[in-house]
Amino acid sequence: MSKTTFDERARSAIADETLQRALARVLNRFRVDRDIALGEVDTLRLRQRAREIRDEALSHLDQYLAQFADNAARNGAVVHWAADAAEANRIAVEIAQSHSVTRVTKAKSMLTEEIGLNHALEAAGISVVETDLGEWIIQLAGQRPAHILGPALNLTRTQVAQVFARHLGVFVPDDIPTMTALARRELRAKFLEAEMGISGANFALAETGTVVLLTNEGNARFVTGLPRVYVAMVGIEKVVPTWQDLAVLLTLLPRSATGQRITTYVNLINGPRRVGEADGPDKMHLIIVDNGRSGLLGTPYQEALRCIRCSACLNVCPVYQEVGGFTYNAVYVGPIGAVLTPAIQGLARYHELPHASSLCFACREACPVMIDLPRLLLELRRQAAEGQPSPIGWMERLGFRLFGWGARQTWLYELAAKIGRFALRRFARDGRVPFAPFPLSRWTRARDFPVLDPRPFRERWKSQ
Amino acid sequence: MIAETSRPHRVALFITCLGDLFYPQVGEATVRLLRRAGLTVGFPRRQTCCGQPAYNSGFHHVTRQLAEHFVNVFDNAEYIVTPFGSCAALVKNEYPHLFDDDPKLRERVEALGRRTYELTSFLVDVLGMDDFGATFAARATYHDGCHAYRGLGIYDAPRRLLAHVRGLDLFEMGSPVWCCGFGGTFSVRMPDTSGAILEEKIRRIQATGADVVVSTEFGCMMNIAGGLARRGLPLRVIHLASILAGDVR
Repeated sequence: MSKTTFDERARSAIADETLQRALARVLNRFRVDRDIALGEVDTLRLRQRAREIRDEALSHLDQYLAQFADNAARNGAVVHWAADAAEANRIAVEIAQSHSVTRVTKAKSMLTEEIGLNHALEAAGISVVETDLGEWIIQLAGQRPAHILGPALNLTRTQVAQVFARHLGVFVPDDIPTMTALARRELRAKFLEAEMGISGANFALAETGTVVLLTNEGNARFVTGLPRVYVAMVGIEKVVPTWQDLAVLLTLLPRSATGQRITTYVNLINGPRRVGEADGPDKMHLIIVDNGRSGLLGTPYQEALRCIRCSACLNVCPVYQEVGGFTYNAVYVGPIGAVLTPAIQGLARYHELPHASSLCFACREACPVMIDLPRLLLELRRQAAEGQPSPIGWMERLGFRLFGWGARQTWLYELAAKIGRFALRRFARDGRVPFAPFPLSRWTRARDFPVLDPRPFRERWKSQ
Repeated sequence: MIAETSRPHRVALFITCLGDLFYPQVGEATVRLLRRAGLTVGFPRRQTCCGQPAYNSGFHHVTRQLAEHFVNVFDNAEYIVTPFGSCAALVKNEYPHLFDDDPKLRERVEALGRRTYELTSFLVDVLGMDDFGATFAARATYHDGCHAYRGLGIYDAPRRLLAHVRGLDLFEMGSPVWCCGFGGTFSVRMPDTSGAILEEKIRRIQATGADVVVSTEFGCMMNIAGGLARRGLPLRVIHLASILAGDVR
């Protein structure tokens, strides 16, 4: 992990005018479309129902996962269980090798991003091509996704043209139809030559062992249907009990995500090609991945596993809108990333992320499965501050301890106010403080500080 | 709004530390408004800070000490009214969580929270008063505090009060409930991120052409006023209570 702080990384994002324009434009469109799409349904009732569905699945996770795996196996899929990233990657590589696979296509998947699957496959000499357009662009550019749904939203079309040109070694004009046609031609060839396809899963339906995939580009159909071998990577929390439950989540997910009533493609995959069927893979493997998720069960952070990766919390977050995805230095970004990353990977490394929020509560208001994100951020802050050992510096811990004692002594509070007023006076210009010494210099970096009133209210009260 | 028999008689003013030290004249305006509503106003002198900086920094044991202090100071009050919505939200929404291990005390804290009100919602929703006969000729825009809006559900009350101010024209900014970037300790932990959110807020304010920003949040007021001053912009940031009490012109 880099040694820079969140706010230092934010600085370069804030200074990047191209990124700022892209974030403002894309997020605003997501917000407007989402409001319109949710305006058509009984949002509150649906959200409450969605929360119940997700909580039901999470509180009987072992049972529903077993049901999903049994049904998927009955459908003809080979089911594998992976405890962590290394095991999931090893299984995927072994599947590829056992089928003599050298070329893999992938549909967009945050889980495979999380476990670094592409690196593992490439290290085994297997070529991997992302086929979601945005995901392919950032793969070519060597970047991480900047947003759960719009992985390349930070790049302009001119930058994309440059990425394409570098990859293909030819001149690429930056007009959209030409670039789309080019991507289509390139990816078609990849779809046809791949021996194995890998996707994630938006939902894993326990009732029938069905893998549910939502896309807008149709690439998941090629990835899951064309190659000889198909591998679905499923996070353990993705399980949904029944088709009725799925209907509720399918009503909310696209509306909360992109403001669509439904995505252009919804794939419901029930195993490999059966006898008499014209297409589909010969072999289907399911890799069910934990990678730290089960550690959240029974903790206050369990509700974060309700997340259906719609990214509504990113789209309404004032912090995310200013700093974008890279500033988080994590796979999952925005408010949900600021919870999941430290909750799963540890506060020692990620204690700063829960503070990347003004606690404005917009994320809680937007979440379709009603995750109380601000409460989880606060709980993580508490765990960091009160934990033994604490990743928070001793000066801050001592400072707050003294504050807790001092702020209960009225005389001390009054004395501290007097000292503060006196100390700030020499920095005041025209009734404002444009520069103050540490720690208030952190405030005056961004705006002026007011002077303390010469007569606080408690003194004025005597004469009322 | 409510039956005459249960109409409040006495209120205790919870000025908050920022109000006490930076905006004492808003406290005085609040007292005058409450007195004009026929109420007896008290000021428990031992009150200090509600502990929000500690709470938002994760120091919940420290906040709990200050919450206990708050309970001791205000326990006898019939109603507690504050001109700072964020601190009202802390008392009402967050304090109870600090006492999960002590059901009796938690109940006392919750009861106290139910008697605690942000000023504008107290005036409009509890007292049923939305016209204080104030006059203030201004082009104004209103900034909602996140905790007042999303924590306490306050949106209409301040607007109803503003609608009755003679000479005041309200020009709503794009999404007035978008955060101003203050966030308490967030503003000093992540000053550049906070400053960028503030920049966005100021852009929205400027787009209205208003010359006055009205708010009921001392934290947001310090932040927005500081940002405007830093940019040399002549806009004024004024608490709604000062306008209602006729203190500004």
